[in-house]
Amino acid sequence: MGQRVGIIGVGQTHHAAHRLDASGNEIIAEAVSRALDDAQLAMDDIDAIVIGNMDHFENINYVDMWATDGLGSCMKPVFKVTTGGTTGTTVGACAYYHAASGVFDVVLAVGWEKNSESDTQAAIATCANPVLERDPFAGAIGPLATEYSMYMKAYGATEEDAALVAIRDRNNALNNPYAHNRMKVTVEDVMNSPMLSYPVKFLDMCPRSDGACAVIFAGESKAKKLCDRPAWVHYSIVRHDYTHFGDLEWQWMPTLERASAQAYKKCGISNPLKEFDVAELYLPCSTTGVKWMDSLWFCDKGGAPKLIRSGATNMDGILPINPSGGVIATNPIGATALIRVGEAAWQIMGRAGDRQVPRVKKALATGFGGCSWTDLFVLGADLP
Amino acid sequence: MADWKDQVEEIVFPGKISVPYFWTVGSTLSKWYVQMRDDGEIWGNRCPECGKVYVPPKIKCIDCYQDMNDWVKLPGTGTVETYTVVRYHEPTLHPKKPPFVYGVIKMDGADTGMVHFIDGVKPDKVKVGMRVEAVMAKERSGNILDIKHFRPIP
Repeated sequence: MGQRVGIIGVGQTHHAAHRLDASGNEIIAEAVSRALDDAQLAMDDIDAIVIGNMDHFENINYVDMWATDGLGSCMKPVFKVTTGGTTGTTVGACAYYHAASGVFDVVLAVGWEKNSESDTQAAIATCANPVLERDPFAGAIGPLATEYSMYMKAYGATEEDAALVAIRDRNNALNNPYAHNRMKVTVEDVMNSPMLSYPVKFLDMCPRSDGACAVIFAGESKAKKLCDRPAWVHYSIVRHDYTHFGDLEWQWMPTLERASAQAYKKCGISNPLKEFDVAELYLPCSTTGVKWMDSLWFCDKGGAPKLIRSGATNMDGILPINPSGGVIATNPIGATALIRVGEAAWQIMGRAGDRQVPRVKKALATGFGGCSWTDLFVLGADLP
Repeated sequence: MADWKDQVEEIVFPGKISVPYFWTVGSTLSKWYVQMRDDGEIWGNRCPECGKVYVPPKIKCIDCYQDMNDWVKLPGTGTVETYTVVRYHEPTLHPKKPPFVYGVIKMDGADTGMVHFIDGVKPDKVKVGMRVEAVMAKERSGNILDIKHFRPIP
């Protein structure tokens, strides 16, 4: 009954710090309508829907109830998924599983967030264990700063290495009409921006955005019928760890290492830096764009600074990373990881506009969330 | 105390999370609220495909997934479809003191019911099928309480 699955349509909102023109329900409708247009489908063609966000960012529970009209889910099977920052990729993975099982044929995945509706840091703090770690270690910035400090000490990586990632992603965002922050920046701009938590500075860190993304998955025969160049799902994998922050291996990123190693093995990829044509990675902070390159097996342990300095991950490099501008340009949290999948799919489908990388046959997309969890997709132009 | 609790010193941390929230009303509902606030009128919106009229308005038709740009002015009258008399006190949830009545009012000119207070009548005199009309608040600021309540049509 199982079947191969392709992505046949992607839609996203124009993202911004405050989308005060549109409610949560309306940004969902905006992304869904655009995905249907991209796939040239109508809502009647959708067999099931998976949606996700983080309720404490909006303080409205059950989006699967109150957004029924914007989502188009009335009298359809609809499933709500929430896994923190990974929500978008988990929504994508669930939609993929739905279609891959053969139980459903055309499945709509939707991730969204209205981060303007609350204090994002205060809301994120609610995921830290309140009787142990919330007071001393909660929030998104501190843990990311801490892990890069360790990597700098171990391998001689620098703040400037992170700044190179920041300018790569931020300047790439200039080519993406949907991106929230579109500003030309230099290494000096990044280095001179206010220190948030050493070594992380303001321009190293992601914003929080309002936005939504929708991705349509379809079983093989439907996908072939409905789309001339689907982005086939070659592999989808989820890896969780963490019981307490102190349990994490800060020098590595174990879930990313394990997830990517497994995915490469299953997909027969031996040199990911060469074999992927593009990567859309959930890098919440420029520091992770250095440190996590090791964990994606793009270089040897400690080799990331050299890799980044070489320009290999720039638009004209061997593996362009984040042509969209990535997470430090745009971060509607429940949508952020699904945007990675959608952007990677568009790269394969040849629909990435001014940020299109030429001749993309294989693409990598990741999600990061919970605490140091990894979701990962390998997409390809050819059937898996 | 049960013996399975003997070995535990029960510690419970009190906590209070104070997070401000600001909910975007959005283009569809803000139109509705502005009509109520500025003109004291209740409008619905109609699906261009199936013709169904919704009040409160919908972002998309729940049956047809069509855009809902076709606005219809409603007379502000309707029929009580169902109701309850609230007799418990929940000050953090209810803007009124008990006893009070709320229910579903099927609005004339619309295909859906809307929930609101029914007042201007003794609670035990409210009946299903009762004809009611909207009473607008004198001071209106663009929210659901711009409709003060529904009262029986004399």
